[in-house]
Amino acid sequence: MTPVRISPSSLREGRWYEYLVRFALGGGATVFAGLISSHVGVSVGGLFLALPAIFCASATLIETHEIRRKREAGVAGERRGQNAAAVDAAGAALGALGLLAFAIVFALTVRTSISGAFIGASLAWLVVSVAAWYVRRKTRWARRRAVTAARVSGSALPRSR
Amino acid sequence: MSEYVIRFLVGGVVVSAFAMLGDVLRPKSFAGLFGAAPSVALATLGIAIYQHGADYAAVQSQAMMAGALALAVYSVVVCQLLVRARLRALPATLLSLVVWLVVAVGLLKLAGGVT
Repeated sequence: MTPVRISPSSLREGRWYEYLVRFALGGGATVFAGLISSHVGVSVGGLFLALPAIFCASATLIETHEIRRKREAGVAGERRGQNAAAVDAAGAALGALGLLAFAIVFALTVRTSISGAFIGASLAWLVVSVAAWYVRRKTRWARRRAVTAARVSGSALPRSR
Repeated sequence: MSEYVIRFLVGGVVVSAFAMLGDVLRPKSFAGLFGAAPSVALATLGIAIYQHGADYAAVQSQAMMAGALALAVYSVVVCQLLVRARLRALPATLLSLVVWLVVAVGLLKLAGGVT
């Protein structure tokens, strides 16, 4: 299993305008959620706290970076770019479970302690997201090992005859 | 007006911080967790408590549960569109926003909270 690591060199792949776009999207999504809460209702506004607006930009950036990297190596990278964005989307699906845990813990604790609600909800997001990612990783790894073992034993049979 | 400027700046900073954290982490599936980080939620709930109090923020976070479940469905749909339909990332993520909206509003209606 590949361990989690930090790769600071990835920041150099980004262009300045890409960071500006993400800043503007993040700010825009926060303003939009506030406007919906004020004009449509608090509940409908609450939905937009989980709006995937930023995800659109992130997935597009991941795909663009992968394609650029492959082009620099002299190969077409469209398929690799799509796959990289798909892996990111699979991770976001697990992160969404963490986001659900964040909302549950925040809703249960905010009336008791505001700082406790922020700390507890953030921890709940982190723990649930990482646990879901770890379980999925372990399951896929075990399945891959079983398939490899089956292939090895299958190819060993004709040789023994 | 100044309230929305503050919202824009706080939201931009928090979202950018989580996005940069996702950029430097490997493997990519782990970094993807940060695509669903509570960045907009942290900024919005903080301002909501300051302006309207804890009860208002509690109602917002209850509705956010429906939004989070819709986000999980949205991410799976995006993944399928990229892998099976071979769409590019921008059209796949933008088209799937319709799925997010339908699932989120549907769940909110089911839970009985529309206002």
